[in-house]
Amino acid sequence: MVALVWLPVVVPVLIAGAAVMARGRRWTRLADLVVAVLVLTCGVGLVASVQRSGTVSAVGGLLRADAFAAFMLAVIGAVAVTALWGGLPTPTSTVKPDGRYAALVALFLGAMSLAVLADNLGVVWVAVEATTIATAFLVGHHGGRAALEAAWKYVVLGSVGVAIALLGIVLLYAAARSAGSPTLSWAELVALGPSLDPGLARIAVALAALGFATKAGLAPLHSWLPDAHSQAPAPVSALMSGVLLSVAFSAILRVQAVSEATLGPTFMRGLLVVGGLLSLAIAAGLMLAQRDYKRLLAYSSIEHMGILALGAAVGGPLATAAVLLHVLGHGLSKAVMFVVAGRILDDAGSTKIEDVHALLARRPDVARPFLAGSAALLGLPPFVLFFTEVAIVFAGWSRGLGWAMGIALLLLLVVFVGFGRHVLAMTMGPPADGPSSAGGPAGRRLPLVLALSVTAVFGFAAWPLAPVVEAAAAALGGLS
Amino acid sequence: MSDALFAQLVAATTGLLLLTAVLQVWRRSLHASIRLLAVQGAALAGLVATIGVADGELEVVAVSGLVLLIKAGALPWVLSRVARLTGATREDSPRLNPTAGVLLAAVLTMIAYAVSQPVVAADLGPEARAVPVGLALVLLGFLVLLSRRSALSQLIGFVVLDNGIATVAFLTAGGVPLVVELGVSLDVLLVVLILRVLTSRMQVATGGTDLDDLRELRD
Repeated sequence: MVALVWLPVVVPVLIAGAAVMARGRRWTRLADLVVAVLVLTCGVGLVASVQRSGTVSAVGGLLRADAFAAFMLAVIGAVAVTALWGGLPTPTSTVKPDGRYAALVALFLGAMSLAVLADNLGVVWVAVEATTIATAFLVGHHGGRAALEAAWKYVVLGSVGVAIALLGIVLLYAAARSAGSPTLSWAELVALGPSLDPGLARIAVALAALGFATKAGLAPLHSWLPDAHSQAPAPVSALMSGVLLSVAFSAILRVQAVSEATLGPTFMRGLLVVGGLLSLAIAAGLMLAQRDYKRLLAYSSIEHMGILALGAAVGGPLATAAVLLHVLGHGLSKAVMFVVAGRILDDAGSTKIEDVHALLARRPDVARPFLAGSAALLGLPPFVLFFTEVAIVFAGWSRGLGWAMGIALLLLLVVFVGFGRHVLAMTMGPPADGPSSAGGPAGRRLPLVLALSVTAVFGFAAWPLAPVVEAAAAALGGLS
Repeated sequence: MSDALFAQLVAATTGLLLLTAVLQVWRRSLHASIRLLAVQGAALAGLVATIGVADGELEVVAVSGLVLLIKAGALPWVLSRVARLTGATREDSPRLNPTAGVLLAAVLTMIAYAVSQPVVAADLGPEARAVPVGLALVLLGFLVLLSRRSALSQLIGFVVLDNGIATVAFLTAGGVPLVVELGVSLDVLLVVLILRVLTSRMQVATGGTDLDDLRELRD
């Protein structure tokens, strides 16, 4: 079982090396999908193993898979399979992946796996920073000034933001050292809890949360996100929006657990409520007048990160479980949406909303998953995001955050109008010109259909997932 | 090492760190900025070595060698390559004139002293009293990042910020565990290398490295 912990970190590095050596050989196109399947397999295997026999540690305790880490690894795998399978290049696609591209995507997956599996908060930081390094050239892959600008903003803001988190982690280490046991191990820090110096811990936690919030795309530190997510190639956008944000958010959840053990729940709650509501407000405002559909999806990610922040602020078993399910549901549906956006771009040759018309009549193979994915993201039943949003609002109401939930609901309504309006403008209407196409082979639809079905079904048929999510929430201290 | 000598060495190295950071805000010549960065890296390595010798920890002394190699050697070298590549010698149009910059630097240093009170009060040893210098470096790095327009100056601001974080780490905790230290150093080096590549692409695409030329993406 120990192999399941280190395989998803080590194998991507090896495959990346092989892909660079092999340059543009055909198999490198499948290499990333192989890595994604491996991460998913290890994630599901770890979920089962942790469920049966508890936390697994490897590499001298440096890697530690508790129920939460195992769940997050499975989410990374599931989203990566959707994004990379759905984003496999076709003869007509604009992105021609080479060996270097394949290597960077593999390293990206490896870094995300390390970020959720590492027990040492310092190593978590190194892994989160490594995701920036791996994706920098992927964001700029298309070339041109816009991609260059996006890559520059992404690397500078990402690294500077995450550097703030390092400052926080360093101070946390200092607090642990003055409490008599110098450690950065998350499990040990949570156990140390009340013996940490509260003044020091308060600064440390605030800085660490702020730093990781930059990477998680929470307002007001989100300004790199719409640029990077709209300029990157479709599968990379799908991975960044679908799961990288959640991986950074999982670091915030770890910091929150340390904070709760030391300072009680109110300190982080304030930070998260402010960040969450601000993210929702900014996303709602900028979605209304959006002209670019990839940026629209990017702002939708900011919106969902805001919902996650509110859920984390509420805390407790119900909201924490809802946050975890929301991570999975949002990851899958956002991956589908970015893959479809890539196909629309191949078809229309533009990312402007006004250049895309009557998709449902012209390209039903693209329009159907696009509509279904939009419904999922907007939180319509039967998709799971409906149930998780209801659960978060309900839990917030019962735990004294009713006012925040009221504002959030209003903002979600604005999002609903803004997002829905653009989606309808793109899909509805009679075809203006040109023959309608039946679309590609069924194999291209399969990953999208699979991901959307999972998102639709496990909302009300989550019984096999229930103990898994409960255990993951408990591992985060959500049962307090 | 006697306590008095230790206190003097810590004061000298942290003083040098702060001085180089303030000069960084003031000077516009990019070559001077890069040389200041090398001096700052050497001062940081000196601080680490002092703490390592005082605590009798060989690991920390070894880390000081690593710091010297990366912060005083590799990073300034990469940056001077960028400067030669782009032909830039001066920060032409900073958003801040030098006098205002130095005044702001003074204000930021005072803020650093004010906000680091809880850290100083936490009784982490005599060297922790110099923590405000580390925070001042972080804030001054931010100032350089925000007030300069050329790509190279932003890179320099990022390195100053990172030096500040390293200073806080060594003053409060004698450095982070070795595996984290190695990872962090590697990450910073890679980020600077990536920005170097992006800078040269920018030079090709826009004929300059003024970041204000890149203004296509907005809502």
